[in-house]
Amino acid sequence: MSASKARVRRARLVEALMKGVTGAAAAVVAASAAGLLAYLLYRGGPSISWEFLTGMPHTFMTEGGIWPAIVGTFWLTVGTAVFALPVGIAAGIYLSEYAPRGRGTRLVRLSIANMAGVPSIVYGLFGLALFVILFGFRVSILSGALTLACLTLPVIITSTEEALRQVPQDLRQAALALGATRWRTIRTVVLPAAAPGIVTGGILGLSRAAGETAPVLFTAAFFLAPLPHSPFDKVMVLPYHIYIMATQPVKPAPHVVWGAALVLVAGITVVNIAAATWRARARRKVTW
Amino acid sequence: MVSINPGSFELEDVSVTYGTETALAGVSMSIDAQAVTALIGPSGCGKSTLLRCLNRMNDELGNVTVGGKVLLDGENVNSRDMDPVELRSRVGQVFQRPNPFPMSIYDNVTYGPRTLGIRAKAELDAVVEESLRRAAIWDEVKAHLKKHAFELSGGQQQRLCVARALATKPEVLLMDEPASALDPISTQLIEDTIAELKSEVTIVIVTHNMQQAARISDRTAFMLRESMDRPAGLVEIGNTRQMFTTPHDKRTEAYITGRFG
Repeated sequence: MSASKARVRRARLVEALMKGVTGAAAAVVAASAAGLLAYLLYRGGPSISWEFLTGMPHTFMTEGGIWPAIVGTFWLTVGTAVFALPVGIAAGIYLSEYAPRGRGTRLVRLSIANMAGVPSIVYGLFGLALFVILFGFRVSILSGALTLACLTLPVIITSTEEALRQVPQDLRQAALALGATRWRTIRTVVLPAAAPGIVTGGILGLSRAAGETAPVLFTAAFFLAPLPHSPFDKVMVLPYHIYIMATQPVKPAPHVVWGAALVLVAGITVVNIAAATWRARARRKVTW
Repeated sequence: MVSINPGSFELEDVSVTYGTETALAGVSMSIDAQAVTALIGPSGCGKSTLLRCLNRMNDELGNVTVGGKVLLDGENVNSRDMDPVELRSRVGQVFQRPNPFPMSIYDNVTYGPRTLGIRAKAELDAVVEESLRRAAIWDEVKAHLKKHAFELSGGQQQRLCVARALATKPEVLLMDEPASALDPISTQLIEDTIAELKSEVTIVIVTHNMQQAARISDRTAFMLRESMDRPAGLVEIGNTRQMFTTPHDKRTEAYITGRFG
């Protein structure tokens, strides 16, 4: 009797302890995120003005706005989406729905996992060698978007495959048993059910790409660029602008660095929140 | 060999091989049109595998070889000329767990007809009402056809799945333990539906519930896999009453009287 009492007491203690430890870990994460945002707001907030957001830079970039960097980041991200989403989603569909189980497929999966582990600066070098030099796209939005697309592909493929695997096998069986072909089953039943997960993965991948510096270093970014007129123009981009202004300014301009950082984080946050809202609505939606 | 009634099967020495392992072998039997045939036997005896031979769902598993002949109204189901889309519109299937699509009740029922290319609203509307009526769920859902199928109860979902399978006007309905995930009242409703349907549709039902087999079927087939190094097979098939009272095979008797399985 007393032995069982001791056991119960010990179990309660362990229970309380583990709840505390895991809760503390969660609190650390939440506090870091909040602290980061708060500091960013504190340092960058005062820089934000209409002129800062929409003006051209002047006085060696230390005065004026960051409009060209915002435009450049926007077009690079759009370009990345154009290249990475169709290929990534299609590859995810193949791996989840069509690929035979075997050595070939395992090899493809392994290469994708390896691709995800390649440091982003290596993507930058790869983009320089392939797109900038070999294909002759020069340092441009096109080269940068293609490089960022390579970087983002593993994320998009993996999240698409994951989202498709979440769709119960029963649903595929039901569609096939009604005479639907594989593709009709995928298009009308599997993809709609997996869409929220696929979109979330895509947005996460793209927002990571939007914040990357290294891959665009040699492929798209330029310190002093006018607004781009075509995909073959070089552009200013926010992460690169932050990097340059923080490390090699003509004269120190911390308000530009922190202001640009705040704009970048705010932009990515807005897109992520929009995606999360859409996903929540899509999950609740009655028909699709 | 060739039957005149639409919806009858003739199986000759049917076998199923997954990769290198033969799961089922030597099954020869006939399935009568407009009757209920129950497939019974312990787990792993090949009932569901045999059922999937009838609408070629084994094709979808990959690396599966089906041997022998499966004739639907005299036509070889496995021949190159047989279009699986057409076959599956003639041989519908209801699964063990209710698996409505994540869409409206209406869209669930019209999925099969739309797959066959039917687009006219009036025609689809008529199919929806007819199918839901035949599955005995029309009165419960007629005012909510645009509602999401997931809002229905489990039993209602399964009857919706029956309606969905009936919407292509199949000659045969395959049911793989259709009531095993349902409560007794829903089970009763499914059994009533089967009794209603059998005058128009051939029904082949896999069941673990021997009372259910005895209650609803006209003919019963007993299947068995006697050891793991031998494929499963058919022990015997006969009229349900005869199978449950005077089976020819001692193994059938042992199973039915509850001595194993």
